[in-house]
Amino acid sequence: MKRRKMGRSKDELSTERWDKQVKTKKKIRNTRQMVRICFGTLFAGCFAVLFLMPIILTITNSFMAASEISANYGQVFATSETGGKVYISERVNLKFIPDMVSFSQYITVLFKSPEYLLKFWNSVILVVPIVAFQLLVAMGASFGFTRYRGRIKEIIFFLYIILMLMPYQVTLVPNYLVSDWLNILDTNWAIWLPGIFSPFAVFLLTKYMRRIPTSVMEAAQIDGAGEWQIFQKICMPLCKGAMCSVAILIFIDYWNMVEQPLILLADSEKHPLSVFLSKINAGEIGLAFAVATIYMVPPILVFLYGEDYLVEGITYQGGIKG
Amino acid sequence: MRFLKGSKPKESLYELQTEAKEQNKAARKGRKAGSNRRDRRGRQISVLYLLPSIIGVLLFFVLPFLIVIYYSVIDNPISGEFVFFDNFVMVFQNAAFQQAAKNTLMFSATAVPLAVVLSMLLAMMLESKIPFKSQFRTFFLSPMMVPIASVVLIWQVLFHYNGMMNEILGWFGRDRVDWLNSAYAQVVIVILFLWKNLGYNMILFMSALSSIPKDILEVAILESATPFQIFWHIKLRYLSSTILFVTIMSLINSFKVFREIYLLKGDYPYDTMYMLQHFMNNTFGKLDYQKMSAAAIMMAVVMVVLIGILFVTESYFGKDVEG
Repeated sequence: MKRRKMGRSKDELSTERWDKQVKTKKKIRNTRQMVRICFGTLFAGCFAVLFLMPIILTITNSFMAASEISANYGQVFATSETGGKVYISERVNLKFIPDMVSFSQYITVLFKSPEYLLKFWNSVILVVPIVAFQLLVAMGASFGFTRYRGRIKEIIFFLYIILMLMPYQVTLVPNYLVSDWLNILDTNWAIWLPGIFSPFAVFLLTKYMRRIPTSVMEAAQIDGAGEWQIFQKICMPLCKGAMCSVAILIFIDYWNMVEQPLILLADSEKHPLSVFLSKINAGEIGLAFAVATIYMVPPILVFLYGEDYLVEGITYQGGIKG
Repeated sequence: MRFLKGSKPKESLYELQTEAKEQNKAARKGRKAGSNRRDRRGRQISVLYLLPSIIGVLLFFVLPFLIVIYYSVIDNPISGEFVFFDNFVMVFQNAAFQQAAKNTLMFSATAVPLAVVLSMLLAMMLESKIPFKSQFRTFFLSPMMVPIASVVLIWQVLFHYNGMMNEILGWFGRDRVDWLNSAYAQVVIVILFLWKNLGYNMILFMSALSSIPKDILEVAILESATPFQIFWHIKLRYLSSTILFVTIMSLINSFKVFREIYLLKGDYPYDTMYMLQHFMNNTFGKLDYQKMSAAAIMMAVVMVVLIGILFVTESYFGKDVEG
């Protein structure tokens, strides 16, 4: 009783103090973490703005009327041809939001000047067959690489990897020689055929397909399935996701192509929009932004629809060694 | 039961494992011998699936590359005289090639390490506890999707002599810089390259970071390792194969910067932006097969050597890590 009156015992006191200390420490840690999170978010936000700005600017500027464009950026595009320092007095006026939203650029592109739509169509015609047939060929090939692995197949697969890692400057001369030899220079075939047989998709799909447990296929075999049935009923459905991601990766790559058409298609009528776009800024800036935006739409739609597939595809590319 | 069966119990897991391995090996051998007719047929069919791709690759990549090797050591395709390395020497002494090689080297040597380091930082940032992760991922990845041709207009507005960057410099009282027609051109293309490629690299690093075993990190934290130690001794080790891959991919992509430069400045840009691809394109105009072949082979050799070196260094640094 007496003791109680005296107050709390030494032990109790120390634990209380301890508790307090822990609490303040936790508080400090929490605030520190909060600060760190805030900084991280801020930092990431800044980066995100930097990354997104060019895209957003292109889109918003496509809603400016031609007169507004030339008022804002006139000197940039007027001097880009002659090389430069003529209009020093005037300033560029970068705008996020147009003064007046107008669809005049789009109207000109879509209804008055068909050449841009034609070039857009060229792009589609060049890219879609490559995506479709590269996938088809690669599905077969990766099935071949997955079933009955042997030393020869491994060597060939290694060759594919090396080919995949070669920059375009190396494969360009061979491509040109073959196209010349097959007499397909200056036709779409010169771009289609090397694209279709590019080893990239084979590599990725093989890596994916080899992850399917062999026991699954063996079980099917024991049940009397032929190779075609194994391919069609097991590999195809299981590789659907991988096929999507490969298709997206191929699509981005070829939608962006510049080097191939420049060299293999001398006739600029057949050039895709990606090459043609660089040639319009001199004269018709009034619609350049609209054309650029239209050209951006398909890949962005693909991206929004299949971002997860894309991420998965990139991830699979990662393990080049395994 | 044990006595009845007459076999000793397995002493350890190791013994069990070795036995299983041997059994597997034997089974594989049996399979390899192809005693089974159906098996052999299946093997033949699987080759059939491979055939279209192999024929295509042979026809469009391998055979022409052999021809390219042949072209690179002969005088001209008509006489076919063997001249050893004359073509290589000729290309090497070509002023345009020297310029192009130097620029490409300079560009790759600055852009690739920057791309690797910055994307790793971005990945770590997204790995830490910040909100809106998936949105940020989308934002960082979006430049990869956008065709270069579409954003070139904006780059022109930004980096033109009368452009926005100079305007901003003007606010701080600095002199204008002719970004695309001066020594700064390299800086601009490095920025454009990073803008385009960081997202892709970041995804690779993110997947690698998430696959580091959590228990190792927890142990390190328990043993009061500093964040730097954790990064240096653990994370970097586990990331080494990804760093290798990202470096290789960035290297390959760094040769694609030609697209930006071409779309910005056409066939003959400012000196420091004249890349190997420009050299190739302009040599195509002259149809000088020997020169192009020699250049292509030199490039292939350089790539193979570089990739080999990278692989060797990676296997040295990451040898004690399973991954």
